[in-house]
Amino acid sequence: MQIINDLSKLEQGKHAFVFDICSSDSMRRRLQDLGLIKGTEVSCVQKSPLGDPTAYLIRGAVIALRHEDSSCVQIQCCEV
Amino acid sequence: MGLNKDSMGLKAVDLGLVIKKAHDSDRVIALGGNPNVGKSTVFNELTGLRQHTGNWPGKTVTNAQGNCTYDNTGYVIVDLPGCYSLMAHSTEEEVARDFICFGGADAVVIVCDATCLERSMNLVLQTMEITQNVIVCVNLMDESKKKKITIDLQAISKKLGVPVIGTAARSKKGLDDLMDAVAQTIQKSNKSLVQIQYPDYIETAISNLESHIKEICGGVNSRWLSLMLLHWNQDMHGFIEQNIKNNFLTNESIKQTLDEIKKEFTSQRVTERQIKDDIVSSIVHTAEEICKDTVLFENKNYKNKDSKIDRILTGKWTAFPIMILALLGVFWITITGANYPSQVISDFLFWIEEQLLMFFKWIGAPQFFYEMLVLGVYRVLAWVVSVMLPPMAIFFPLFTLLEDVGFLPRIAFNLDKCFKKCCACGKQALTMCMGFGCNAAGVIGCRIIDSPRERLIAIITNNFVPCNGRFPALIAIISMFFVGTAAGGGASILSAALLTAVIVLGVFMTFLASKFLSKTVLKGIPSSFSLELPPYRKPQIGKVIIRSVLDRTLFVLGRAVVVAAPAGLAIWIMANVHIGDMTILAHCSGFLDPFARLIGLDGVILLAFILGFPANEIVVPIIIMAYMAKGSLLEFDDLSVLKQLLTDNGWTWITAISVMLFSLMHWPCSTTLLTIKKETQSIKWTVISVLVPTIMGMGTCFVFATVARLISGI
Repeated sequence: MQIINDLSKLEQGKHAFVFDICSSDSMRRRLQDLGLIKGTEVSCVQKSPLGDPTAYLIRGAVIALRHEDSSCVQIQCCEV
Repeated sequence: MGLNKDSMGLKAVDLGLVIKKAHDSDRVIALGGNPNVGKSTVFNELTGLRQHTGNWPGKTVTNAQGNCTYDNTGYVIVDLPGCYSLMAHSTEEEVARDFICFGGADAVVIVCDATCLERSMNLVLQTMEITQNVIVCVNLMDESKKKKITIDLQAISKKLGVPVIGTAARSKKGLDDLMDAVAQTIQKSNKSLVQIQYPDYIETAISNLESHIKEICGGVNSRWLSLMLLHWNQDMHGFIEQNIKNNFLTNESIKQTLDEIKKEFTSQRVTERQIKDDIVSSIVHTAEEICKDTVLFENKNYKNKDSKIDRILTGKWTAFPIMILALLGVFWITITGANYPSQVISDFLFWIEEQLLMFFKWIGAPQFFYEMLVLGVYRVLAWVVSVMLPPMAIFFPLFTLLEDVGFLPRIAFNLDKCFKKCCACGKQALTMCMGFGCNAAGVIGCRIIDSPRERLIAIITNNFVPCNGRFPALIAIISMFFVGTAAGGGASILSAALLTAVIVLGVFMTFLASKFLSKTVLKGIPSSFSLELPPYRKPQIGKVIIRSVLDRTLFVLGRAVVVAAPAGLAIWIMANVHIGDMTILAHCSGFLDPFARLIGLDGVILLAFILGFPANEIVVPIIIMAYMAKGSLLEFDDLSVLKQLLTDNGWTWITAISVMLFSLMHWPCSTTLLTIKKETQSIKWTVISVLVPTIMGMGTCFVFATVARLISGI
């Protein structure tokens, strides 16, 4: 079963696949440059001590995103 | 921290991209790549220059160029700012793109991260669309080996159609191969490059456009230009106008074709966003295709070690204590370690002073002349060197090690939420770290912040981090007034703790000022934010220590001569030339005195801060000179004698704390201000950069001094 959710709700240690990016134009492009396109696997690595931002593993690189930005990325979680 | 003589002062400002060839026959190589892949290391190793390097993205913000000779051919190597793409969303990308298109480079070397090759491939493919003469340099091969990532360079080279060379620039491995490949590529261009296949509707549009622009695109790759025209945006307009003449933009047939294509797209319900997405996806998929089967991860959990460290360094309960402990540890080592050499250097320099005096007396030089020279110029110089040099020579290698390991981005990660609350950017933490080295370098570093509003906030508040010129003075005052001069273990820990407290106060003031600015003159909401947390790397301890000690020593000495010597002369004249029955110094400090008392200082101290405008290093020496000129001439053996001098001149613990507060918060030095002026291109923001810290400093000192006096009754 596939559940569509946004990236900010991805729990630490879990992974998912990008479904769509709804961010504003500039952030969209920045995420795309990092290789974040439809179908890219993302996993949540680490929350910062104050809870925001969160670090995600995207194509081998660890990228920190703020809640506002990660909530614009829709993901498909593959539930067992 | 980017602090050496080239990145400082007037030279620090971007020189632009004017290529300086040593000979006309020199070949130009552009060095591009993602941020933090070791581009600067490759650059340094090739050119023998010392561009500052560090393990965090955005280290290189200025363009550097250097020369090297290989196989009897001269090369000019241009270090482009790091970027992820050439679609030109940011200034760095624009600079990189324009240079690759029109900079006249004979070849472009794209430096890639072997541990993250697929992403680097994105930039490689985009560059290959613009020029054929691309060489891929897969750097950090040593890191990937450690992580058990196997890369088949030959297979990748075959797929791409360009040379692919593996290097480990830090240990100078593979650089000769790289230069061989560069020479060969320049001699005969790469052929049969891989071409990115876009969806059919885009390919049709491209070939349609290409036939029209081929004749007039002025040497630019026509396929690439067609693609750019398809997802046309405003900044492309200026780019084309500037670089491609031939009335390109007003050409009727191009206009017409574009209109037709757009109509066609609209009828097929293809949105502009769809086009952009499809273009990016095609590139990313091609990169995926190239790295499939050629990059093998033997150990799927290669990130585990890093994430274990991250769980501690950025953990909920451990992150902040560790940050404070790291700061404390660095200060403790600095204070403890600096004590002894400081003593030795000062003994030595003051011994020379005596010899100089004796020498001048012996040759019968006029008294005012040698006193001016020795007691004025030389003494201030000696003070600056002996008080400032040892802490610097210890602090900077330590800090550079933290930087090398990759700790600084984690600080930004930990603190980002605080910055967001102040409507600022988390990368400001990185620019503050650079401010420890030099506020001017910190201000230039603010270029890593994309949003202009947040960049201005970072520039204006950078001065709240005490730079190298200020914190040896802080250390001296702390040791004199609060810890005692006995260099026991407990005492130096206490000193370090107090210094840490001062820094934390500076950070707090930064938040306060940032918040204030974003609620008043720089209103706005926090913009989007993405920060890469690079893998931890083992620092090159030996190299770091040698480099930063040497660079720093030379730098401090150079600056001491340039700034402290004239200041010493000026203060000596002020203290020895009389107008009426008082010296100029007495007149000035007397004039400032009533106001200075209000904020817990005295006239001499405030005057010293004003005279210290060219460089903060000289504030304390000026204070000492001025007090000594008042009559109480002393021989200095150690800090306790100095303390005696200060207390004789009315210093109490209130004065000491006020001086520390004021040192933390007052106007930026002249170099920093010049840099701010150049970076902001605005007198208004330069003035605000003076006013914000000065008003906050005076306010804090006034409140503190008033309250403290009331309580203590001094």
